[in-house]
Amino acid sequence: MLQLSQVFLTFNEGTMDEKKALQHVNLDLKHGDFLTIIGSNGAGKSTMMNIVSGSLLPDAGDVVIDESPVTHLQEYKRAQLIGRVFQDPMAGTAPSMTIEENLAMAWSRNKKRKLIPGVTKKRKDLFREHLESLHLGLEDRLSAKVGLLSGGERQALSLLMATFTEPKILLLDEHTAALDPSRAELITNLTAEIVDKFNLTTMMVTHNMQQALDLGNRLIMMDKGQIILDVDESEKKDLTIDKLLNEFQRIRGEQMANDKAILG
Amino acid sequence: MFISIFGALESGLIYALMALGVYLSFRVLDFPDLTVDGSFVTGAAMAAVMIINGQSPVVATIAAVITGFIAGCFTGLLHTKGKINPLLSGILMMIALYSINLRIMGQSNIPLLGETTIFSSVTSFWESLNLSAPFNAVIGALGVPGTPQTWAILFIALIVTLIIKCITDYFLKTEVGLALRATGDNQKMIRSFSANTDILIIMGLGISNAFVALSGALIAQHGGFADVGMGIGMIIIGLASVIIGEALFGTKTIARTTLAVIGGAVIYRIVVSLALRVDFLETGDMKLITAIIVIAALVTPKILESQRERRRRLRKKAELAEVASLEEGGKRNAAT
Repeated sequence: MLQLSQVFLTFNEGTMDEKKALQHVNLDLKHGDFLTIIGSNGAGKSTMMNIVSGSLLPDAGDVVIDESPVTHLQEYKRAQLIGRVFQDPMAGTAPSMTIEENLAMAWSRNKKRKLIPGVTKKRKDLFREHLESLHLGLEDRLSAKVGLLSGGERQALSLLMATFTEPKILLLDEHTAALDPSRAELITNLTAEIVDKFNLTTMMVTHNMQQALDLGNRLIMMDKGQIILDVDESEKKDLTIDKLLNEFQRIRGEQMANDKAILG
Repeated sequence: MFISIFGALESGLIYALMALGVYLSFRVLDFPDLTVDGSFVTGAAMAAVMIINGQSPVVATIAAVITGFIAGCFTGLLHTKGKINPLLSGILMMIALYSINLRIMGQSNIPLLGETTIFSSVTSFWESLNLSAPFNAVIGALGVPGTPQTWAILFIALIVTLIIKCITDYFLKTEVGLALRATGDNQKMIRSFSANTDILIIMGLGISNAFVALSGALIAQHGGFADVGMGIGMIIIGLASVIIGEALFGTKTIARTTLAVIGGAVIYRIVVSLALRVDFLETGDMKLITAIIVIAALVTPKILESQRERRRRLRKKAELAEVASLEEGGKRNAAT
């Protein structure tokens, strides 16, 4: 479903601030795979997501989604295939527009936008049905402005908007990091539920190791722009945080005290 | 007095089209577009030149709208493809249009006296049916001194403005319109939902300036001339209309907001026409009056808000003090 092959990206090449963001990145996801990505800050996790979404273009290498090469496809065109939820709950919705209008915009993702009303009676029923699956009571507030919702509610809505048109790829970039623990748990559970329901091919970046172990059927660890560890479904089942940290030390041979504090 | 307010109503409704254009760029797209000063004149110039060359006023007005649309698209291109800051793209286009407008007109002023305009043809049709008489009778019965020459202009202006308003309302609720609004609200988000924000910005600015040019074309036909300087400060007038309208009539829904913008434009005209009746003020003071109205409209709501807030805090403090003194009293009673 998604292939990255020999992807390289360097920021500020040839200057003092040169940073090799991605090197030799190869990745192959099958349909329905749920990949969790961990690694310290600056490891290249978000950069990799941005390469997939088209926000960044690679210096070299190819991106293939559903057997069609998309490496040079513009971000907005590629977005027909990709659903995204950002870390910032404010980023995934339009605050001055209503819930139903936001959903209508998400609904048009993989269709051509026309000069017909975005919110119709029929669509409202559909939206209501989907909102009910969030169990937040948003189905009764269709015409409320999204700016009035709490961070957790907005993130749940973003998640729904990104997924209910069943994109080929779902990208979750630390989408629970800005929420309080109970809201984060709610969004985590919803994520598992929705990904399962639509059988979505998913990539999730997280700093929460437990979350990375609990969710998904595959895990990769990144460091310094490279994928340094790739764990498949059978191995992932009996993986623990300690084992992961030991593994990291073994590969990198470096002290991870700081990283432990960040990742724990 | 009545006659001058009547005149303000007429021109206010025509300027409301310009204000709707400014609303689209400033509010909906969140793009402070200064092209307006130029495209207003472009509309007027285009219409005037075509009319004196014998074209029908309707064709001339449509041509004006198209030219305005193109001018707006260029501003959008400068910003999206040229990556030029919004304010600067607008100013560049405004300056460029000054020369283009002179080229279109061939001289700095085109009088339209005696030419057939949209208003003159509607007025003659209207008067041939003697439709003004019943309105004048009502006015006379109310004891208002003076009767306007014709009611035709007011009605045609009202109808055109309402049609444009309804089109805008409908458009902003379509799939494309929703994406346009989201572009002004959260560009990153709507791009992640597969909308080409560049095209939306270009198109939005095109429509905005098409409205502005329509307003310019109609003002030229209403006033009987096109002048290369008639657009100076137009953006501030548009902004004043939007701000006044929103403050007075609210922004709860799209339909309400567009109505508020039209109301704002009319009220702005009335305020100016009343201000000009003060002996001390001259026509040349109009821009100063405009600036003062805009400043007042921007500052007053903030002052009112902070005063309300201060009063609320004082009241809260007084309530708490009262509770405390009651408790104090209770304790003393218990002690004795």
